[in-house]
Order: sequence, then C-alpha cells, then structure tokens
Amino acid sequence: MSPRPDSRADSRPVSRPEKPWLFRTYSGHSSARASNALYRSNLAKGQTGLSVAFDLPTQTGYDSDHPLARGEVGKVGVPICHIDDMQTLFDAIPLEQMNTSMTINATAAWLLALYVATAERQGGSARKLRGTTQNDIIKEYLSRGTFGFPPEASMRLTSEIVSYTVANVPDWNPINVCSYHLQEAGATPVQEIAFSMANAISLLDSLRASGDLRASGDLRASGDLRASGDLRDADLAKVFGRISFFLNAGIRFVEEMCKCRAMTALWEEIGRTRYGITDEKMLRLRYGVQVNSLGLTEAQPENNIVRIALEALGVTLSQRARARSLQLPAWNEALGLPRPWDQQLSLRTQQILAYETDLLEYDDLFDGSHVVERRTRELMDAARAELENVLAMGGAVAAVENAYMKQKLVESHTARIRAIESGALTVVGVNAYRETVESPLVQAGTSSILKVDESAERAQIESLRAFRSRRNAAEVATAIRQLEDAIRAGQNIMPPSIAAAKAGVTTGEWTEVLRRVFGEYRAPTGVAASSAAAASPADSQVRERVDALSQRLGRRLKILVGKPGLDGHSNGAEQIAVKARDAGMEVVYDGIRLTPEEIVQSARDEGVHVVGLSILSGSHGVLVVDVVERMKAAGLGAIPVVVGGIIPPEDARALERAGVRRVYTPKDFDLARIMGEIVDVVAEANRAA
Amino acid sequence: MSEGAESPSELAARVKAGDRGAVARALNLVDDRRSARRADALVLLDALEGQGRGRRIGLTGAPGAGKSTLLDALATGLRARGRTVGILAVDPSSRKSGGALLGDRFRMGASARDAGVFFRSLAARDQLGGLAEVAGASVEVLAAAFDVVFVETVGVGQSEASVADFVDTLVFVAQPAAGDLLQFMKAGILEWPDVFFVNKSDLEGLATRTATELRAGLDLGRGEDPADRPPVLSGSARDGVGIDALIDALDAHHAKQDRTGEFRRRREAGRLARIESALVRRYGRFGLARLGGRPALEAFVAAHPARSAEGVIDALGARFEAGFAAKSEP
Ligand code: B12
Ligand SMILES: Nc1nc2c(ncn2[C@@H]2O[C@H](COP(=O)(O)OP(=O)(O)OP(=O)(O)O)[C@@H](O)[C@H]2O)c(=O)[nH]1
Ligand SMILES: [Mg+2]
Repeated sequence: MSPRPDSRADSRPVSRPEKPWLFRTYSGHSSARASNALYRSNLAKGQTGLSVAFDLPTQTGYDSDHPLARGEVGKVGVPICHIDDMQTLFDAIPLEQMNTSMTINATAAWLLALYVATAERQGGSARKLRGTTQNDIIKEYLSRGTFGFPPEASMRLTSEIVSYTVANVPDWNPINVCSYHLQEAGATPVQEIAFSMANAISLLDSLRASGDLRASGDLRASGDLRASGDLRDADLAKVFGRISFFLNAGIRFVEEMCKCRAMTALWEEIGRTRYGITDEKMLRLRYGVQVNSLGLTEAQPENNIVRIALEALGVTLSQRARARSLQLPAWNEALGLPRPWDQQLSLRTQQILAYETDLLEYDDLFDGSHVVERRTRELMDAARAELENVLAMGGAVAAVENAYMKQKLVESHTARIRAIESGALTVVGVNAYRETVESPLVQAGTSSILKVDESAERAQIESLRAFRSRRNAAEVATAIRQLEDAIRAGQNIMPPSIAAAKAGVTTGEWTEVLRRVFGEYRAPTGVAASSAAAASPADSQVRERVDALSQRLGRRLKILVGKPGLDGHSNGAEQIAVKARDAGMEVVYDGIRLTPEEIVQSARDEGVHVVGLSILSGSHGVLVVDVVERMKAAGLGAIPVVVGGIIPPEDARALERAGVRRVYTPKDFDLARIMGEIVDVVAEANRAA
Repeated sequence: MSEGAESPSELAARVKAGDRGAVARALNLVDDRRSARRADALVLLDALEGQGRGRRIGLTGAPGAGKSTLLDALATGLRARGRTVGILAVDPSSRKSGGALLGDRFRMGASARDAGVFFRSLAARDQLGGLAEVAGASVEVLAAAFDVVFVETVGVGQSEASVADFVDTLVFVAQPAAGDLLQFMKAGILEWPDVFFVNKSDLEGLATRTATELRAGLDLGRGEDPADRPPVLSGSARDGVGIDALIDALDAHHAKQDRTGEFRRRREAGRLARIESALVRRYGRFGLARLGGRPALEAFVAAHPARSAEGVIDALGARFEAGFAAKSEP
C-alpha cells in the first residue's frame, strides 16, 4: 500500500485506505439489561467491538448483596452475579460474531467461564470466540486495585487461563498486559515500558517453568487432544504470540508514538533473545490503547475534547505503531460517568480520524525519520536498563512484594503533581489560562454526567435472590466442591469453572472458594518509602503552621487517610498522604478497600486529629456518611472529617450537611493549599484546646 | 466523650476495664507535651503503676524482617487462645519535615478488625522527653488494658537496649540471609534477646541455615548454661507457620521468669534504667551526679514504689531544677 505517485497536488485518496483499528467504548452500568441496550445501540452507531466495564463487586468477587458491595452495585460497571446475568448482557448479540474485551482480572477465570457458558447456551462454540480478558494482576497491585489473591496464586490463575485458551479458544487474547494503568498512576514512558515488559516476562517465565500444566490431564479432558508434555518451543511461541498489551497515550503525543515504536521493538527483542522465538508473526507486538485520562481536567472540561483527539492521533499516526483497537474517554471524564451522548462524541472522534482524514492511506510516515528514531532508541535504552534492574531484583512479582515498582510510581506521580503546582508543567485551564466564560456544557443546575439509577442496586439484589432460589442447590454444591478439589489438586481452573457457571454458581461463591484456598492479599501502598520532595516556599509555610499547631495540640498533628469501600483509585490518597508527611504531619494510610468500621477503629486507636477520606468510585453518598455516623457513635464526633474525590457539587453540599468539613475535587490541584486548609480545620475543631 | 470531661483517674479506671476508647485517649495523654497535661498524665500513670497485668514483649529486627507481619500472626494466634492484644509500633520513618508515614499498621490483616486487638503507631520523632519515655509510658497504658502487649521497634544494636528496659521478653526477628551472623555479632544482637525467630522459612533453605548460624553464635557468644540459652525458632509469618511454637516459647519464658523471680528483677531494673536514662537525657551525667548519682536514685525509687517511672523522673527533675535555680541565684 504505497502512496501512488501523483504530481498534482490535488486531494484525491493516494491509495486504498487500510482497514481501521477496532473502535471500542468502555461501558456498562446499572444492570445487565440496561447495559445490553447500551451495547446494542453502540453497535448500531458503528462501534465494532465491545468493551465491558464490570462493577466493583463483580471485579473483586462479591455478590451484589454482600455487605462490601453496598453502594457499589451497578455504579461504575455492570453487575454480573451468575450465568443469567451474562446471558442478559449479551442478549441478541451473537458471541461467535463479536469481539469482546472484558476488563476483568482477579475474577477473570470466572467471567471467561460465564462467557464460554453463555456462548454455548447461545448454540455457539468456545473455539470460535474472539476477545480479551484483561487478566493482568501485577498492574492491579500497582495501580488498579481489583486484586484478590496473593501474587503466587494470581500468577497461577493467569497462566491457567493462558494455557486453557491457547488450547481451547485459540483466537482469544487471554491476557492484556497493561501499561495503561501504570501511566494513570503516574508512570513515565520509561517506567511504562519497563514495568509492563517485566510483567510479561514474569508471566512467560512462570508459564515456561510450569510447562507441565499440559500434563495435568484436565486440558485433554476439556478438548485439548494434543499430546501432553512440556511446554515445547512451538507452544511457547504460540503463547508469546497470544500475549497482547494495553497501552496508554498521553498528551505528549510525539513521545507517545515513539514509546509505541520502542515497545514494539523491545518486545521483539525479548522474544528473540530470551525465548528464542523466530516466527515473525508471533513476535509482533499487538496492542490496544485507551488514551490518557489522568490529564483530563475538571476545569474547562471541553478542552478535553481536543486532548483526547490529539492523544488518539499519537497512537494512530504511525502505521508501524498503530493500535489494533482504541478506546477514548469522554470530555467529562473528570466530572463523573459519561452519558451515551458523551461516549458518542468519543466514538465520532475515532470515526473522523479513520474515515475523514487521510491517515489510513499512507505507509509509515516516520520510517527513516532521524528524530523519531533517536527518541525511540533513547526510550528503549532507558527502559531496557530499568527492566534489567527489576529482573535483577527477582522480577515483577518480587518488585511488587518489596514495593519497588509501586514506590517508583508514587514518586513519579508526586513529581508530576509538583510540576503542575509550580507551573513547570502547563495544564491549560488548570494552572494557566484560567479565565473563562461559562461553558454551556456544564451549566449550573443541570447535570452533565450519567446518574446511575439508585434503585438499580435493589433490583439487582432482588433478581440475584430470585436466581438463587430457582437454581438446583445440589448441583451448585457439587460444582463448588469439584471446583475446590480441582484447585487443590493443581488442575486447571477453567473446566470446573465453566461447569460451575452452568450449574448456577454465583460470582461471590466462586471467589469465596478461591479466597478459602489461596487466602487474601493486600498490595503494598508504596508511600512509606517514597522519598520526600524538595519543599517549595508554600510547603515551608504550611510546615511552619503544622509545627505551630502541633505545639498547641501537644502532639504532632496526626491524620488518617482512609479509602473506604471497593474503590481502587489510590492516586489521590497517596499524594495527599505523601504531601501531609512532607508538610510535617504524622500520617496513617493503610491502602485501599477498607470498611468504614476499620477506618473508624484506626482513627480511634491511632489517636488522629483529622480523618481524610478519598472516594472516586461514586459511592461517597453511602460510605462517607457511614464513616461519619460510626465516628459519632464511637465518641469520635469531635474529630473533623474531610473528603476528596469525584464528588459532584450537589453531593458535596449534602456531605457538608452530614458533617463533613471540606470537600475536594480534581480541580483542587494545589496540595499545599489543601494542607493549609486541613490545618485550619483541625485548629477550628480544637479551638478550646 | 470529650477528653476534657473526664478526670485522669476516671480515665485510668476505664483503661483498666479495657475500654478501647479510653486506651486511645490515655495514649494521647501520655504523648501530650503540654505542661498542663503532664500533671494529668502523671496521675494516670501513677494510677496504672503496678496494675498492668499484661505481659510486655518487644519485637525487634532489621527493617523488612517481617516484624509487623509476625505481629499480625501472633495477634491472631493469641486471640485464638482467648487473650487480648495491645500493640505499639514504633516507626522510624520520620523525616526532616517532622512528618512520618506510619507503615506498620498496614500489615495487620484480619486481626486489625478484631475488637480484641488494639494497634497504635508511634513516630520515632525527636521530641521532648525522647521516644523511649513516650514508648515506655504507652506500654504501661496498654499493659493495663490488654493481656499481651507487643512493642515493635526497628533496630540493630543500640535500640534493643532501650526496648529491653520496658519489656519482659525481647524477641529478635531475623531475616534469613547468608552471612548475617557476623552482622549479628558486630551489632551485639546476640546478647539481648530472650527468643530468636528466624522468619520467612518459606524461602527455602535460607531460614534453616540462618537458624543454625544463630545457634552457633549463641554457643560462642553467651556464656550461660546451654539450657539457659535463648531458643532459636523459625517459621513463616506470612504463611502462619511456627507461630504456635513461638507463642509457646513466649509463655515458657514467662513461666520461667515467674519461677525464678527474674520477672520482678527485670521490671525493677528496667524501671530504674528508664528513669536513669531519662534523667541523663534531660540533665546529663553531671545532672545525675548532682542528684546523688545512681545510689540516690535507687533509694528514691525504693522509697516510692507506687509511683510511675514518669512520676519519679518528674519528681527528681523538679528537685534538680529547684536546686539549680537556687544555686544560680545571684
Ligand atoms: C487515574 C484514574 C484511574 C486509575 C487509578 C490509578 C490509581 N491507582 O489511582 C485506573 C486506570 C486504575 C482507574 C481505574 C478505574 N476507574 Co478511574 N479514573 C482515573 C482518573 C482519570 C483520574 C483520577 C486520579 O487519579 N486523579 C489524580 C488525583 C491526584 O486526583 P484525585 O484523586 O481527584 O485527588 C484530588 C482531589 O480529588 C483531592 N482528593 C482526593 N482524595 C482526597 C483525600 C483527601 C483526604 C483530601 C484532603 C483530598 C483528596 O485532592 C487531590 C488533589 O487534586 C479519573 C477521572 C479524572 N480525570 O479525575 C477516573 C475515574 C475516577 N475512574 C472511574 C472509573 C469508573 C474507574 C473504574 C471503576 C472503571 C471500571 N469500571 O473498571 C476503574 C476501576 C478502579 C477501581 N479499582 O476502583 C470514574 C469514576 C466514576 C464515578 N465516580 O462516578 C472516573 C471519574 C472516570 C469516569 N468519568 O468514568 N482509574
Ligand atoms: N516470604 C515471606 N515474606 C514475608 C514473611 N513475613 C513478612 N514478609 C514480607 O516481608 C516484607 C516486610 O514485612 P513487614 O512485616 O513489613 O516487616 P517489618 O519488619 O515490620 O518491616 P519494617 O517495619 O519496615 O521494619 C513484606 O513484603 C512482607 O510481605 C514471611 O514469613 N515470608
Ligand atoms: Mg513493621
């Protein structure tokens, strides 16, 4: 497909355009039925693949009626508790013809089992299914937060999904190694490359080491008729070729393009040198992209439309480094969940790029560009060095457990936020060019986000209970027992999970078996060891105020930073914790996914002066109020509570009425100012002291 | 219940009754540097003096050895035996800013949710009175409320000595690694602990080797009768292996202390050492000498058996300051 020579500078197509990438929209909410309707209308609009967002209980393995699910059901994704939910979700969408990406990790094996079972119920066959399970736990520990089990068990689950699908669902992408979420947690391009490559290597190494997975018999029993034996070279190449990546692309789009090229080259290099793979096709890095959301702003949110388009350009411009599939966030990303119209605009952005521009008519525009080559090489060299460093530590799993990678991400994010605070990094509308006329997109008094119907949770729980009462209890019990036996016997988890799905086992029940066998795990927070940033004048001023107030309080100002609920967004809490320490406070931060009871107990035991809660998942209404009430009941009502996260203005007022002293949202980027206000709040609360 | 509304003796009564809110308030009080609150703190501590039925156990070892993880496992094990647990974790991570990220609590898994487990982190800040004094007083508070009190400190060398002053039993948590023995010997670690626990036995081979090295080192380094040498156990805090044996060893150490009278001796000696080092920290060796030195101190302590260490420190301090003020009058 080389450009046709054409001396006239006219604007006719230079060649037949290439087939575009897959257009996806990450979506799902409320219920399987509502999400099904959404998917069908998205497909009708020209979307070419599905990307399923599950709600947090489903992602962390709790049924909708579990106490930990309270306030989260159907909020940020669709609740899927059992096979009937899954069937409803794909009603009238023939799975054999669909390409479905599921953002699912700790419970990936289960959701895949439900998907396979649903396809079979539709009369289809597993062998024909196409799509992706995200299934990357390392990045859950580092960024995304929906982990469930300890690293060893998680690696085992991931490997088993890989070996099952390679044999039985050959066109499935069993794992999407995600660098996307690392950038969303602050990673630099070099960290994004190095850590995700380390992640993929740890998986491949563990697959290679457990080559006897094949021999365990269960795969043959489930249709894999090939001879058992070690994971042979051919198999290794096949596995290597099935590993896909999920990348990010930020606003520095030239560098991002170079990053994609660097990853493509490095992946091939790793395949050749570390795994001895020679088949060119297997060595090609396949990846999808969701462009950066961390940089999308609450202030002047319409500017995000431009950011998103430029970021999309970064990963489509160079043919050699073009994403296979693309998801774009919406302009109102930092305000809350997108409505169908907001998502439509993002889809249209992709369509304009693919069908109106001449992008797809050219070969790679940058081949032979010294500038691009140089930047690509620099990124590769730096990433290779950091990769060696992580491998020397014992690889990705070791670098999760010793918190090395997490700590590096927190540090990079601190540096980024510092740069925004100081103005070294320009963010239009946030720390520069702030003067604005009122935006018609976000007029006061009207909502510009999707409001999830509050009755969805109740309805989902009712339907779950009805499902439980109509299934065959004996079959369920048998399926659960067989699942547990298979796991304990070291057999592949997929076949008994598919059987369990068909028998009517629920998401919570399936995960409970795994929790029982594997135990639970909490990933390190990375904040404790993160190094302190140099103090700016504003910081020194706050520090003095903290010192003075501490004197007056008799003890050093102590703050609890708490994350109640299933929400995994830790960036804000981490940065507040680090900043509070650097401002001279004593900080208790115990990571994500705590219950309100645990938070109140910590606040009391630790004798803190102030509690700061961070919630971005939208469940603040229930959880913040719960914490406040419990504090009162425990005699801690005098300890002030402040809250930060994605809190729409009307909710912020409601929280203040419930007793919360201050509410912060993304537009409050000046952390030194927040610290100053926390000093004020504590001083107010201790006026008598 | 606001802090002001309750008298220190009421607070003491509530602490003794195991009221967790009261324990938290009492810990706040003994950590309070305002002179106005110091008097209340002393009343509280005097009221608690000698009442603490809780056994005090220090856990020390190199950073990352697994002390906090072990605490979680120990707390779980002790709860299963029906005992309540209070934990004081001293975090060394204070910065120039004076701030600290208190990271030990994070390792408390399920036991953190247990109403019979209390956890307080303490930053090792440089503060008036020194860390040891606050930690010592905090241990007194916890021991009045809970059956077993643990103190986690990081340290190789010097700091064991000061922890040893306010615990009945000192456990050294060793990180399995080859060639550590020399480190242990250099740091003088072999001299203090009552029990050694080589953690991370799930890392094959290494833990056994480290335990063997430790035992060999103890044979060389500690003169006592081999039967009296501290036990060297190993296990995995992460996987809950060897925890029951460790609890048994701790109980055995206590039983032996009770039998031999070592328990009282050590508490007395520890109290004295705490008082002495606090006075030295405040007034220097010279100051202590002016008060009459160690003999005078021993006499004073013997004459005031019901006073808390803090009470004695303040009383002697006041005496010193009064004397000094009088002498320096023109
Ligand atoms: C980064 C990000 C992620 C990262 C998180 C990485 C991490 N470890 O934190 C990743 C990619 C993993 C992620 C995943 C998901 N995300 Co997200 N994510 C974001 C994003 C883009 C930015 C959030 C952020 O980190 N900002 C930077 C930090 C520093 O800012 P901040 O947290 O807002 O904190 C500031 C203030 O709010 C305040 N503050 C915050 N906390 C506290 C606490 C205290 C004590 C104080 C004083 C102040 C304070 O101070 C900070 C300084 O400015 C937002 C959209 C946006 N642009 O805001 C969506 C967003 C929060 N995500 C969203 C969703 C839905 C998800 C998912 C649940 C999707 C899904 N269905 O799977 C997943 C799952 C995550 C999970 N386990 O819960 C939604 C939430 C919708 C809602 N509330 O209704 C948002 C709003 C996007 C959207 N519009 O859909 N996400
Ligand atoms: N393999 C293994 N790892 C363990 C074990 N116990 C603790 N760890 C790990 O060792 C690291 C440090 O554990 P902590 O319990 O925080 O150690 P600590 O001694 O309290 O550390 P500091 O308080 O920082 O000095 C963590 O990554 C733990 O998961 C164990 O028995 N086996
Ligand atoms: Mg610790």
